[in-house]
Amino acid sequence: MSAGVLGSLEAGHTSSLRLRVNGEWYELSLDNRVALLDVLREGLGLTGSKKGCDHGQCGACTVLVDGRRVNSCLLLAVALDGARVTTVEGLGEGDGLHPVQEAFLDRDAFQCGYCTPGQICSTVGVLEEAAQGYPSAATDPDHPAGEPVPLTGDEIRERLSGNLCRCGAYPNIVDAVRDLS
Amino acid sequence: MTDTTSELGTGVPRREGRDKVTGAARYAAEFAPPGRLYAWPVPAIVAAGSVRSVDAAAALALPGVVDVLTARNTAPRAPADDPTLNVLQDDDVPHRGWFVALVVAETLEAARAGAQAVRVHYDTRPHDVTLTRDHRERYVPEEANGGHPAVRERGDAPGAFDAAPIRVDAAYDVPPLHNHPMEPHAATASWEDGHLTVHDSSQGSTAVRAALAQIFGLAEDRITVTSAHVGGGFGSKGTPRPHVVLAALAARHTGRPVTLALPRRDLPAAVGHRAPTLHRVRLGADPDGILLSVEHTALTHTSRIKEFVEQAAVPARVMYGSPHSSTVHEVVPLDVASPSWMRAPGEAPGMYALESAMDELAERTGLDPVELRVLNDPADEPDSGRPFSSRHLVECLREGARRFGWEERDPRPGVRRDGPRLTGTGVAAATYPVLVSPCRATATALPGGDYLVRVNATDIGTGARTVLGQIAADALGAPGDRVRVEIGDSDLPPAPLAGGSSGTASWGWAVHEACATLAGRLAGDPELPPEGLTAEADTAEAVEAGSPYARHAFGAHFAEVSVDTDTGEVRVVRAYGHFAAGRILNARTARSQFLGGMVMGIGMALTEQSTLDPAFGGFAERDLAAYHVPVSADIPAPPAIEAGWLDEADPHLNPVGGKGIGEIGIVGMAAAVGNAAHHATGVRFRSLPLTPDKVRAALAGVV
Repeated sequence: MSAGVLGSLEAGHTSSLRLRVNGEWYELSLDNRVALLDVLREGLGLTGSKKGCDHGQCGACTVLVDGRRVNSCLLLAVALDGARVTTVEGLGEGDGLHPVQEAFLDRDAFQCGYCTPGQICSTVGVLEEAAQGYPSAATDPDHPAGEPVPLTGDEIRERLSGNLCRCGAYPNIVDAVRDLS
Repeated sequence: MTDTTSELGTGVPRREGRDKVTGAARYAAEFAPPGRLYAWPVPAIVAAGSVRSVDAAAALALPGVVDVLTARNTAPRAPADDPTLNVLQDDDVPHRGWFVALVVAETLEAARAGAQAVRVHYDTRPHDVTLTRDHRERYVPEEANGGHPAVRERGDAPGAFDAAPIRVDAAYDVPPLHNHPMEPHAATASWEDGHLTVHDSSQGSTAVRAALAQIFGLAEDRITVTSAHVGGGFGSKGTPRPHVVLAALAARHTGRPVTLALPRRDLPAAVGHRAPTLHRVRLGADPDGILLSVEHTALTHTSRIKEFVEQAAVPARVMYGSPHSSTVHEVVPLDVASPSWMRAPGEAPGMYALESAMDELAERTGLDPVELRVLNDPADEPDSGRPFSSRHLVECLREGARRFGWEERDPRPGVRRDGPRLTGTGVAAATYPVLVSPCRATATALPGGDYLVRVNATDIGTGARTVLGQIAADALGAPGDRVRVEIGDSDLPPAPLAGGSSGTASWGWAVHEACATLAGRLAGDPELPPEGLTAEADTAEAVEAGSPYARHAFGAHFAEVSVDTDTGEVRVVRAYGHFAAGRILNARTARSQFLGGMVMGIGMALTEQSTLDPAFGGFAERDLAAYHVPVSADIPAPPAIEAGWLDEADPHLNPVGGKGIGEIGIVGMAAAVGNAAHHATGVRFRSLPLTPDKVRAALAGVV
């Protein structure tokens, strides 16, 4: 599938690459300046990933690249040839919701909804990181290396602090993530 | 019609929840009409002066750049009532960050590069952005925001203060604060056959339509403004903002649809801010803690183009009884961006000052801070003498104290030490007025048993869709899933904005009335015409009749903090808010809004501050790395943070019985945290936020 060209057509300023987004391969010819977030939102019409600051300061653009959470506004798309990208649109199976999406709904873990896709993708990343034993600043230094880290309230608050929510839904987000862990 | 148990009051899940967790909910910049262009603004980099020339040649030479709009090359528009909307109208630069050009391009990347390539030459004049207590341009305005008189005097407050046996005389500072909703202000505009369609990130698209009609000289029926999903606003999207004017202008200029999403760093100067307030509070009391005199003076700044006066001394007119009172607002016009609404304008900074002073009075009199407030709870509104429609502050204080565990508190400050950390608890009261505006709505019974409710309400994250559906279902006696709710489009019956905690009362009143009328017409089970049977409501007359009562919501905030005496870091370890805000219409979304207000209040207390740069003008903290909105780690995890409320039945409000809940959650939070910091350390902090540098310096040599 081709999404056409994003950005300038000037010779020497574009690159060709392949991206697998939500299970589908795209052949892209991109302006070298284009960030992954803008590929998703403007090129592929996947506007679920949000632009809150465009500077990696708010986390609204969080998606999963090769299974790890990233700020997609900070990634130049040309550096991602062959990468697998999962956005909020690609989390559920068909009409079914991903368990993290269900948990956010159950806990009213959002208000305006603008940070929500990033919070949800970030949570998917956190669950995996904790399961694989990656420590955070809140992890007990004596925790055995590589063992799954229990997601306590402190762990969740620490690990999700890269995702701002101005509506202040943090208490409900913490409860939603607790429900999953 | 079916008889159902009413869902009103229960925690019905958000109607648009699924769209928000799947990414399907579409916000203003996410509409992509064919041929859409992208715009990028060029903000002024001088604090005061005028544009001498704009050199767009380098920008226009870039691939993809379509045009560079300036005051010189765009067709004239009519001036707007709000001067902040008169962008690209003339060469004047009233403050740093004022938009002086707009680049339109085929792609975001080209628009951004184009904006960087535009060269603007300025003639500058000396500027002043610094608010000081003795500023020579200080004056007393006629009114403060909300139409409140700037000055109210009862009795002889200074004389009573001088004669009072117990006196508190303290100054408090609140810095400039930024709303920073997560969705930056954005609009997508297109013109087709003389009709302007705009998807705008706004708290009320009826008002946006009116402003665009005025500016572009169009009849309102030739403009449609939608705000289906809005990524927060907190007041900053409460009035039309320059981005929507620029998007519409660029679309007309180029003949193509245009999206303008403001870069985050341009928000502080372009969308309003909470102006800094310098307070002086003087409380005179007898030895038993009974207030004899209350004085609150609030000094703030405004811009050179617009007088906006944060009404920070107004809550002192509501809160406590005293025979003598003086509440005064003063303002200094500076070369700063125009301030505007931010969540609980007036109440949030004003109650920080008043409730901090009350804590100081409690300490001075040896009274428990909860008891001091109970003692001074007035029977009638002190300023107006009018009876309260309902006032349950005392009940909020008592029940909040019970749930928080206040009764075990040792009143001595500075005695709870654990290693380098000191802990303490604090309380503060909260108040917010009941506001309501005229609104229209329709309700239609459709063949097949469904109902359709139409009103141009806006859901900025409050759950408006959901609660209006509940109100309609309740009035119709129908199950909620049979009621469709259409909001967020200016083609719908006109409605006021989502602001001032007035949305649900205003829209809900009209929806209730339309549905009640419709239910009456359906009483005999008439045969419905194919298009359905519609009832209309317009609450203008009923709303404008006003009320003989003083109508306010009240609440009580409690906080426990831990202060690190080595680093100066203050952390909130527990927070509780208890509220009396009329009938709570949706327990689930109401709790979320109360907690959200408390979170923003913790930010106000501990992390949020902006600074005006005296050398170059403008705000120094322009992005989310420099301006610290609270993150998850700053907020206690439940149950260490919680909100509750009492069932308050107030017959003097509106048919739905709610007082509004969007703002009161922030009002007392900062004072409760500050008072807790005093209880922890024994040191008074009177300047927000309580950042480690200030706290460390204040504690040096004391603890």
